[in-house]
Amino acid sequence: MPAETLVEIRDVNFAYDNRAILKGINMSFDKGKVIAIMGGSGCGKTTLFRLIGGALKPSRGEVRISGKVIHELDERELYEMRCEMGVLFQFGALFTDMSVFDNVAFQLREHSNLPEELIRDLVMMKLNAVGLRGTHDLMPAELSGGMARRVALARTVALDPMLILYDEPFAGLDPISLSVVGQLIRKLNDALGSTSVIVTHDVQESLKIVDYVYFIADGVIRAEGTPEQIRASNDPFVHQFVHGEVDGPIPFHYAGQSSYAQDLGVQS
Amino acid sequence: MPLPRGVRAIGHQVIEAIWRIGIASRFLALTLLHSGLSWRRFQLIVKELFSSGVMSLIIIGVAGTFVGMVLGLQGYETLKRYGSESALGSLVALSLVRELGPVLAALLFASRAGSAMTAEIGLMKATEQIAAMEMMAVNPVARVVAPRFWAGVISMPLLAAIFSAMGVFGGYLVGVVLIGVDAGSFWSQMQAAVDVREDIVNGIIKSVVFGIVVTLIALFEGFDAPPTAEGVSGATTRTVVESSLAILMLDFILTAFMFRGV
Repeated sequence: MPAETLVEIRDVNFAYDNRAILKGINMSFDKGKVIAIMGGSGCGKTTLFRLIGGALKPSRGEVRISGKVIHELDERELYEMRCEMGVLFQFGALFTDMSVFDNVAFQLREHSNLPEELIRDLVMMKLNAVGLRGTHDLMPAELSGGMARRVALARTVALDPMLILYDEPFAGLDPISLSVVGQLIRKLNDALGSTSVIVTHDVQESLKIVDYVYFIADGVIRAEGTPEQIRASNDPFVHQFVHGEVDGPIPFHYAGQSSYAQDLGVQS
Repeated sequence: MPLPRGVRAIGHQVIEAIWRIGIASRFLALTLLHSGLSWRRFQLIVKELFSSGVMSLIIIGVAGTFVGMVLGLQGYETLKRYGSESALGSLVALSLVRELGPVLAALLFASRAGSAMTAEIGLMKATEQIAAMEMMAVNPVARVVAPRFWAGVISMPLLAAIFSAMGVFGGYLVGVVLIGVDAGSFWSQMQAAVDVREDIVNGIIKSVVFGIVVTLIALFEGFDAPPTAEGVSGATTRTVVESSLAILMLDFILTAFMFRGV
């Protein structure tokens, strides 16, 4: 039986002013899968992430989640849809004026009328799932970077979302925290039966945990496939990216208005 | 003929300022529209009342006392020339209730609580806390902005009243206790000169207006701040500068209407 599609991105174009960021992107994410969207800095990954979350509107094309076109929803419908989504931001984005417990309980308190005892049990279960039950009294400033990311992960899955979006979940983590967060993403996705989308440029960690990968460069999909296909790919772009090579189709220099010689004043 | 560069730059600044006033007005409308949650969950306002109101008590109380003490000294020196030292009580009280209480309390509130609000919201934006809230289907205007707005509007007249009360106490301390003005005439002159409708109510109206303006500027600047260290520091500075100018200009306009019947 073919897998059911949860997110469908059709011919999505997006531009800031006149600068095209995404050009005709097509993707589909099946239920229960973990998908990575990779690419260098500034390739349009985060823009795509915001389009899926409904924070931006495409200039052409559409993003459908559970059959609904995100940018056509009104505010109430969009907020209803977002209750079914979890988003982990790059550095966790924990509320610094609240304790770890209150951070994880935030959505439960905002979106439900559950009694405080039940909220407490649910929060403890979520914190236990990320191995940080003992930190519930601490403030975010008292946590290490890796711990803050795990608390943010517990907060992200507080309402058992059907779709979880991760924006650079591995950025700035030490190797152990990185591995722990990677494993948690996979385990939580499988335990909740959710679909996870990871926007990242951490190739090695991502390939260990995801089911499918899209590579974006210059606003278009340059390559896609399973981790095995990506590792075996002979595409020069994928090869350079996966192996972190300096030489290849991805240029080292950012294109300027004038040549190097002109900038040094040796050529008019 | 194209206009000189300087004129165009001034025009650009004026247009920019009008745009910002327009956007700030829409921001105020949005804040009022999304205020329901704050009143349904009043503890959200109470939490902000504590950080913007209660935490400003010391600076307001100390500043009020010293302003009253200076008024006592200067007022006594001037009134003595005309042999009307007994009017010191009414001079101190009227100066404080009509002008210095609302204006100085608002300036202190803008510097202490207003700048803190801007920096807090600006940093929440820079660290993606505002975006995270929105992605959690929680409206940040309803959850973050509106409780702070109402806390500012409620605490401002209370702080101005405390400022004036402490000022009267300071004036009493210098005039009666230190210099030796008759306590009976100090209090009775004050009682006779201060009118509830003319002076106290007008002072309260002023401080409510200042509360609305200062809190709106602080919240808008925080929400509008570019999400960088430089952006947040610039927004905090703008909050203090714009609030101070707005307080002084509005004070002139309100005074003209209230006490001169323009």
